[in-house]
Amino acid sequence: MEASRAQTISLDQLPEGNWATVADVAVPADSAGRTLVLRLLELGFVSGERVLMVREGRTDRDPLAVRLGHTTFGLRRREAAFIHVTPST
Amino acid sequence: MSAVSAALTERIALLGNPNCGKTALFNLLTSSRQKVANYAGVTVERKEGVMHTASGRRIKVLDLPGAYSLNALSNDEAVTRDVITGHSKEVLPDLLVCVTDATNLRLHLRLVLEARQLGLPLVVVLNKMDRAKQLGIVIDKKLLARELNLPIVETVSLHAHGADELRALLDEPLREAPPAHWKPPGVEQVLATQRDVLGIFNRTVTSPTIDKDPSIRIDRFLMHPVWGFVVLALVLFVTFLAVFSGGDVLSGWIEDGFGAIASAVEANMADGPLRGLVVEGIIGGVGGVVVFLPQILILFLFILALEASGYLPRAAFLLDKPMSAAGLSGRSFIPLLSSFACAIPGIMATRTISHWRDRLTTILIAPLMACSARIPVYTLIVAALFPDDAMAAALVMVGLYVLGIVAAMTVAWFIKRSDKHAARSPLLMELPAYQWPDLRSLVIGLWERAMIFLRRVGTIILAITIVMWALYTIPSPRNSDNGMQRSIAGEMGHALHYVFAPIGFNEEISFALVPGMAAREVVVSALGTAYAMDGEADDVDEQLRERIEREWPLATKLSLLLWMVFAPQCLSTFVVVKRETGSWKQMWIMGGYLFGLAYLASLITYQLTALLTAP
Repeated sequence: MEASRAQTISLDQLPEGNWATVADVAVPADSAGRTLVLRLLELGFVSGERVLMVREGRTDRDPLAVRLGHTTFGLRRREAAFIHVTPST
Repeated sequence: MSAVSAALTERIALLGNPNCGKTALFNLLTSSRQKVANYAGVTVERKEGVMHTASGRRIKVLDLPGAYSLNALSNDEAVTRDVITGHSKEVLPDLLVCVTDATNLRLHLRLVLEARQLGLPLVVVLNKMDRAKQLGIVIDKKLLARELNLPIVETVSLHAHGADELRALLDEPLREAPPAHWKPPGVEQVLATQRDVLGIFNRTVTSPTIDKDPSIRIDRFLMHPVWGFVVLALVLFVTFLAVFSGGDVLSGWIEDGFGAIASAVEANMADGPLRGLVVEGIIGGVGGVVVFLPQILILFLFILALEASGYLPRAAFLLDKPMSAAGLSGRSFIPLLSSFACAIPGIMATRTISHWRDRLTTILIAPLMACSARIPVYTLIVAALFPDDAMAAALVMVGLYVLGIVAAMTVAWFIKRSDKHAARSPLLMELPAYQWPDLRSLVIGLWERAMIFLRRVGTIILAITIVMWALYTIPSPRNSDNGMQRSIAGEMGHALHYVFAPIGFNEEISFALVPGMAAREVVVSALGTAYAMDGEADDVDEQLRERIEREWPLATKLSLLLWMVFAPQCLSTFVVVKRETGSWKQMWIMGGYLFGLAYLASLITYQLTALLTAP
């Protein structure tokens, strides 16, 4: 348990051009955060899916373009932070 | 015959994710047999049309707003949910047609599973099948139909016969639907549904291991931190170049056309007040507004094509960070871009912004984008400022556009600062695969825009033009000697002049601003009427420019320019703000702050310039 947790990072930490596998998605307590996470899950950010960091924005590396399956999504770093991923080596 | 076969489909609704090609399919099914209105009580566009089934029966098609989920986040999604769960005034469809993008079933199947719980007969459409084949995606249709226990048809929205399979299916008797048990799902249910989706997807769809979608490579370039912005700047430059140069040519033709009509009427009608009304009032007034149709349509052609190609969401992505400095998100980009054509479609386009505060801010600043109706007024005064220097005139024009944008961003920043506790809205948006725009949908989209514009010209603007002509003519017709002094308009201008004197407006300008409330471009023809210019539109413009150049002090010219940048000189904008916000208060806030800004900017400009240029 500890070992596998050590390898996961939040999606916003994934470097540009790198692949990763979604480990899990944190469900926050506040309602705005819950709504956002529910939508992330509905869009397919669920455990086991492969993601690619396509682009990072220019200022503060924000926002992010993330490829998931056959779709690319644009989202901000703080939105991506709810998603935990295991980087591919 | 069994009881089942008696029930034939009369009314279908298209359900699907945004970007699934649903609207292109709707356009293919219905061609021009469409009716666009609003859903009762909400400002969400309701598109309904009539289509023919394979046997030629006419049935109704409702194009529901795009929705990722029935767990609604935006107004659009809420309407879709309410219509298909029977919580609206709409009649429930006999059959729900769930449109999916065959290249992206992993995302789109979830909505199918959700829709299956609604208790309505359901058909699944695999759209963009041509594209899926190109990408090497193989779908086991029979197995998918069995897994879902639903009929499945393939469509290609871009081919004339692309929907034949669907048309044939609609002649078959309706299947019975399982009982309804849809409730807004929580996290656990969403995860469970996603496990089902993944299972079905893995069993029925084979995708190449290497993602062949060129969108990723295109995105690496178009969303590059440097090149992305260079391309965006080029795209905007080409767009506005086309609007101004192409628009000019077409507007010239329209002007010539109206000029010819006016001459024909003059030659065939006896001189008198009626001829004056027809030639100067109606033909001159309406013609003066219709000349902007080309510019509006060219801008919309670019916006529609860029949106259909998938580029606009990328532009919104690139601009998210710069716009967040002003408290906005990238989502406000598309409405603000549309506002350069006209604030009304711009304000209507804010419906896609799910966050209310962001949407309201965007609505309040949209009128600051230099809409095409300002162009003739800018052109007239700038030409009078720099009669011999085209370069300086062009630079000042650009400056006026920039001023509007800077003012809008500043206002947005103040609104954000006044509301410190407001949570930031999420950006989370799909960046759909790049594709060639569908020509049919472009033509239908442009046609809709043209009709909206011409309807406005034919009603409000026509009426105001006639009233204006009357005000200038009664009780005593104006002529080149007495100007408008003996008319009602003259009296009104005289009264308004007291309000506008501190900002340097004379009686003619003061009064021209009144009909200018109907549409800013009317200010030009109203000035022409006030100065009693005669002749064809071209001549009038030339005479007017010379007179302004000669008679108005520099301070007045600058002051009027600034006034036009800020002032909410457009009743239609007031109406649409009231409708979209549902609030008189927001409408008065919009009008109040813009009038305040305009008066202040003109006052400072006029007084300072007058001081500096005083002999």
